[in-house]
Parts: sequence; C-alpha cells; structure tokens
Amino acid sequence: MANFNMKPDKNPMPSQDALVRAHNFDEVALGYTEEMAIDEALRCLSCKNMPCVDGCPVKIHIPEFIAKIKEGDFEGAYQIINKSSSLPAVCGRVCPQEVQCEAKCVRGIKGESVGIGRLERFVADWHNAHADNEPEIKENNGHKVAVVGSGPSGLTCAGDLAKKGYQVTVFEALHTAGGVLVYGIPEFRLPKTIVQKEVDNLTKMGVKIETNIVIGKTLTIDELFKMGFEAVFVGSGAGLPNFMGIPGESYKGVYSANEFLTRSNLMKSYLNEPETPIMKGGKVAVVGGGNVAMDAARTALRLGADKVYIVYRRSMDELPARKEEVEHAIEEGIEFKLLNNPVEILGYNNPDDKKDAKNGFVCGMKCIKMELGEPDEQGRRRPVPVEGSEFVLDVDTVIISIGTSPNPLIKSTTEGLEVNRWGGIIVEENGATTKTGVYAGGDAVTGAATVISAMGAGKVAADAIDEFIMNK
Amino acid sequence: MYKILKKAELNPTVTMMDIYAPLVAKKAQPGQFIILRVDDEGERIPLTVAGFDKDAGWVKIIFQIVGATTMKLNQKKEGEYIKDFVGPLGVETHTDGLEKVCIVGGGVGCAIALPVAQKLKDSGCEVTSIIGFRSKNLLILEDEFKKASKKLIVMTDDGSYGEKGNVCMPLNKLFESGEKFDKVIAIGPLVMMKFVVEATKPYNIPCDVSMNPIMIDGTGMCGGCRLTLIKDGKRVTKFACVDGPDFNGYEVDFDEAMSRSSMYSDFERHSYEKTCNLFKKEVK
Repeated sequence: MANFNMKPDKNPMPSQDALVRAHNFDEVALGYTEEMAIDEALRCLSCKNMPCVDGCPVKIHIPEFIAKIKEGDFEGAYQIINKSSSLPAVCGRVCPQEVQCEAKCVRGIKGESVGIGRLERFVADWHNAHADNEPEIKENNGHKVAVVGSGPSGLTCAGDLAKKGYQVTVFEALHTAGGVLVYGIPEFRLPKTIVQKEVDNLTKMGVKIETNIVIGKTLTIDELFKMGFEAVFVGSGAGLPNFMGIPGESYKGVYSANEFLTRSNLMKSYLNEPETPIMKGGKVAVVGGGNVAMDAARTALRLGADKVYIVYRRSMDELPARKEEVEHAIEEGIEFKLLNNPVEILGYNNPDDKKDAKNGFVCGMKCIKMELGEPDEQGRRRPVPVEGSEFVLDVDTVIISIGTSPNPLIKSTTEGLEVNRWGGIIVEENGATTKTGVYAGGDAVTGAATVISAMGAGKVAADAIDEFIMNK
Repeated sequence: MYKILKKAELNPTVTMMDIYAPLVAKKAQPGQFIILRVDDEGERIPLTVAGFDKDAGWVKIIFQIVGATTMKLNQKKEGEYIKDFVGPLGVETHTDGLEKVCIVGGGVGCAIALPVAQKLKDSGCEVTSIIGFRSKNLLILEDEFKKASKKLIVMTDDGSYGEKGNVCMPLNKLFESGEKFDKVIAIGPLVMMKFVVEATKPYNIPCDVSMNPIMIDGTGMCGGCRLTLIKDGKRVTKFACVDGPDFNGYEVDFDEAMSRSSMYSDFERHSYEKTCNLFKKEVK
C-alpha cells in the first residue's frame, strides 16, 4: 500500500465555473476522477477508533470503504457503503458532512478533514457508471407493508424491507416518486436521474410505487390495514410552508420556497417554454438562511434574476445552510443581507388606474437591521432589532424560506396517531407511533431536517417493522 | 393513466368528461376537487368534482377551455387517457341540518354547484337555484338543476334566455319578498361571489363560497392557494386546498383573491396562443 498523503487540504472538488453555472441547471460539482479519489483516500489515517463513524447518522464504515478506494477497488468500496446506506449517490451530494463525519476527522485538527462526502459520491457514481449487477431479489415472505411517502425515509424503509423479503407498496401523493429529492432539491445540486435510478432499483427489487395517492384523502391508514398491509411506515415529510405573518405576504410575486422550488424542479418551469409558470428575472429576495433558502436563491439566479439577495436575521456564523452551498452561492454572486429582518412586503398600487397591470405585484421589502443579543436556550445569540434602522430593499419577488411543518393530513384522518405541539408524529426510539402497527420517521417526526437523518429513521423503522410482524 | 369513459360538449367552451378513477370516485363528495395532469411535462390543474359514480368508478369533471392545459385536455377523445388524476382533495361542502338553501351558480361554476344541489335535495332540503350565464349558447345543466331544485331561475347577461341580468337581481327580489334561507351557497367567478355575499349580508343569512385559486400540489405543500379571511378584524391566512375550497363568504378578502388570481395572466395568454397555434398547425 502507498504511503499516507499528508497534504493539509482536501483535493478540491472540480466544479463548473461560477459565472457559467449561474446560468444553467447542470450539476455544479463534477466529482473526483479516479486519481483524485485515490489521492484523497490516502489522506485517511485509518484511525483505529474511527471517530468519523460516530459522526455518521447511519454509521457507514468509513475507514473501510476508504481503504478499498486506496486499493483501487471501487466496487468493493461501494459494497461497504451499501451495507449501511441505501442512497449513497444522494447523500454524497447533500449530506452536511462538515457537521457529521468530517467534523470528527482527525485530519481536521491540523488542516482540512478527509473529503469523506466527496469520496462517497465518487464511489456511488463509479458504481452507477460501471456496475451492472442487478439488485438481489429476495424471496417473498408473504407479508405486506405500506410506506407512505417516497422521500428519503420512505425509499430507505421500503428498500430495507424489500431486502428482508417483504412485499412493499409505496404510496406517493405527487405524480413522481422521490419526495423532497425531486420537488425540493434542485437539479444543479442533485440531478433527478440519480433519484430515478434509486427508485428504479427499488422497483427491480419488487417494490410497488403507487403515485397520485394521497394517504388521508384517497385512502386512510385504517383502510391500508383492511387491504391486508400488516404495518404502515409514515414518511410524509414536512411539507407545510411557514409564512412570516407580516403585512404584504399575499402580493403577487411572494412565494413560499416550497412553491418556488416545486414549480422549478418538479414542474420544470426552468425550461424555455414551460407549461407551469414561474416569475423569472428581476430582483429577488430570499428570506431565510437554510439549505432550502440557498437552493431557492440559486434557482432564482439560474432562472435569470438580475439580482438575488439572501435576507437573514442572524450573522454568517449562525447561518444553518451547508458550508459548501453558502460558498457556492457567494461565488455565483448572491448577495447576503445578514442581520436584516423583513417587516413588511410592499405592493404596487396605482390609485389612478385600477387596471394597471403592475397593481398588486411586489415592489419592495421593508427590512429592519438586527444585532445579536444574549444567547437563547439553544445557545444561539438572539437577534434584536435596531430601532429606527428600517430601509426598503428594491425587489419584485420575495421567496419565504423560514421552514416547514409536518403536514396534518394524515394525523387528522388517523385515529390514535398522536402528534406533538409542532405537528410532529410522536414516536419511540424504534419509530413506533402511538398506533399499533404504524411507524414513522423523517421530517414527519422531526420537522424539517436532513436527508441522512430521514434515511436513518427509515432504516430503524424497517428493522422495527420486521420485528413487529415476525413476532405477531 | 386514467381513461376518459365519456366526453360531451356542454356548450362551445365547456366540456364534460367522466374519468375512470375508482379510488377517487369511492371517496368523492360534493365540494371536493381533483388535480389532473394531461400528459408528461403538463401543468397540474385543480377541478372541482362535478359528479361521481362510486359503483362504476368514475368521476365527472366539467371544465371551461380557458388556457393551454384545458385546451389540451379538450383535445383528448373518449377512450383515451390522461396522465395523472389525484383526489379527492379539500373538504366537502357541509350540508348537514340545512332545510332551505339558495344555490347561486355562475357560468361553469354551475357544474360544481349541481352536485351540492343534488346532495341537498337528497337529504330533504328545499333548494332554490339561481344560475347565470353570459348568453343562451353558454347555458349548461338546466334540466339537471330543474330536477334538483324546487324553484329554478335562469339568468343571462344579454337576456337571450330566461331573465335578463345578473344573479344578484333575483336573489335580492327573493330576499325582499321575505324568503328566508338557512344558507346561500355561491359558486362561480370571484366577482359574482363577492356581489352575492354583499347582497346577502344585509339579511344576515350565512353565505358560503367556493374558492378556486392557483395551486400546485393540492395537499397544503406549496401555499400558492393561500387566501385571507378577515375574522373579527384580524387577517388570517388559509390554504384553499386543505382548509377549503368552501369558505364563509363574509370573511373572504375577495379583492386580494382576485388580484392573486391574475398573477400569471401574461404567461397564460402567451401559452394559450401558442397551444392554439400548435393545434391549428396539426389540423392543417
């Protein structure tokens, strides 16, 4: 084996040039070559106590798969990841590695951590490009399980149960499977072909995907049991957008990030002659500082906006988005209006001409400057408005990205399913809800969180469902 | 894929289709809606259910050809398929305990008002229906309304059929003559519903309206369908897809809803013309 590579920095990720990519929807990061991957893998010291694994929500055997990369055995590396993660091509792209595995990496003490996420992505892409082994189809064990929602938690739960021999049907409310991976995360960060490949894999394993079925409306959970499903996993996500409750949120040109991203991603409004409309161009303010806000801002830019602002009430240090997304956004020319909070959205109104086409459209957003005060219960410094510092930001589109809540549709139609005061389904550690045979995981339980934690919850619930049915 | 079992032209701009969707038909109730997509890449559009047969498994939709999507839908023939059809969404119209109701329908809104009238009649309620159209050639569902109503008044803007004028005129007359209703249910263009509410207010009769704003998913996810209710002077945001589509007409901010409904009018005009030209080329 070659010696360790003691370079202090990660191999940089080859990316599309910022000025070019700001005008197209192709993937930003291009991925490592085989040589880069091996070189990066050699930076891993193969620590005996494997701190990185502790940082991974699904406990991927990180030093083991990296060791395979060092040997040039990329398929071997994939097989190791595949034991713990069912969506490596997705997680390699969207996980916040800098606060998970990479945060624990010993190399990070003096320099940069090993690029674990980049290596995971490389291995998954290599497998998708080179390996043609069909997924193993387990003999049907005669038990039926229903999965509600085809996002990361649902797909993972379905895959794990199919691997154990269950007959799984996934019910999806929208017309395409993938949940937030298709309606929320943009093409330039997660190409839809990758999600489709994961869905196709499940179908090959015998998982049935039923689109256009809204559980809670078309069918209820109780009806699923009557149809012969022995257990139900609810991974219905956190789809309900929050608004700010400030004046002017109903003017034309104000979107929830969910609506804006769904129009662009799922309904393909980014095409030249789309069938679903979206406001393109102009000056755009995105309110919020999470990954969804970054996605919305960068989507608006690619749709042709002249200027895009991120308006966030805290400072750069508190910004919750993945570091890489923030860096990408800055490189692409998005302006961060930090320590600013919107107080009112202003609408155009021509009192002399009721028929003026501009009437009712956004023409600005009034903000107030903030400063950081005392830390709150979570240790985050609370933003406090600076009196008399109001100003108007000149924008004609406002995208509100201040979070989402779990959708109440299932709760309101399922007797015995209890939720907490934020609407999250109450579960035990293994995903069991207050209703027998019903398990839940992902954002439907936690409120908006990460793809990987949803995946982890799907895995845990799959094991619990297996145990529940086998012990019946 | 969802099969078109039956198609009929109700007037030159309004078409009726029975779509085979047994799971939706099984659950559908008057007042609820479905969302459909004609083909891949197509737009998702909401349509309120105009009827259903739980045993035969179909849901009836009646739509006006107003844009590119409804034009494409109208090109589909009996026996052909549409790509997606999901529902039933939204909350059904509440009819419990009503004994005497006035239904006011305007234009294609009558298609949605009809199943409500029928349900009320079946539950023993006395129904007076006022239906309005621009002109005689746009009249739809007259016979069906006759059957569902104790009294039917047909209005046309130009007087080419029934009485001349808008739907508020006979409504006002009924009120003035001392008719008492438990409720008025208005379904039609926003401006019509706004005026029905204003006409009803002085008599303090509850008035429900059916809102049909722009939406995408229909399950509470996008918030595009939000509208404002004014309750005791306070403005409250509601989502038509999950909280409605029926709302207390006294509380709805109609001016805002009308403004919001025109958000994409430029886009829609362009896209309608484009589709129009496409079909013309095909015909040539």
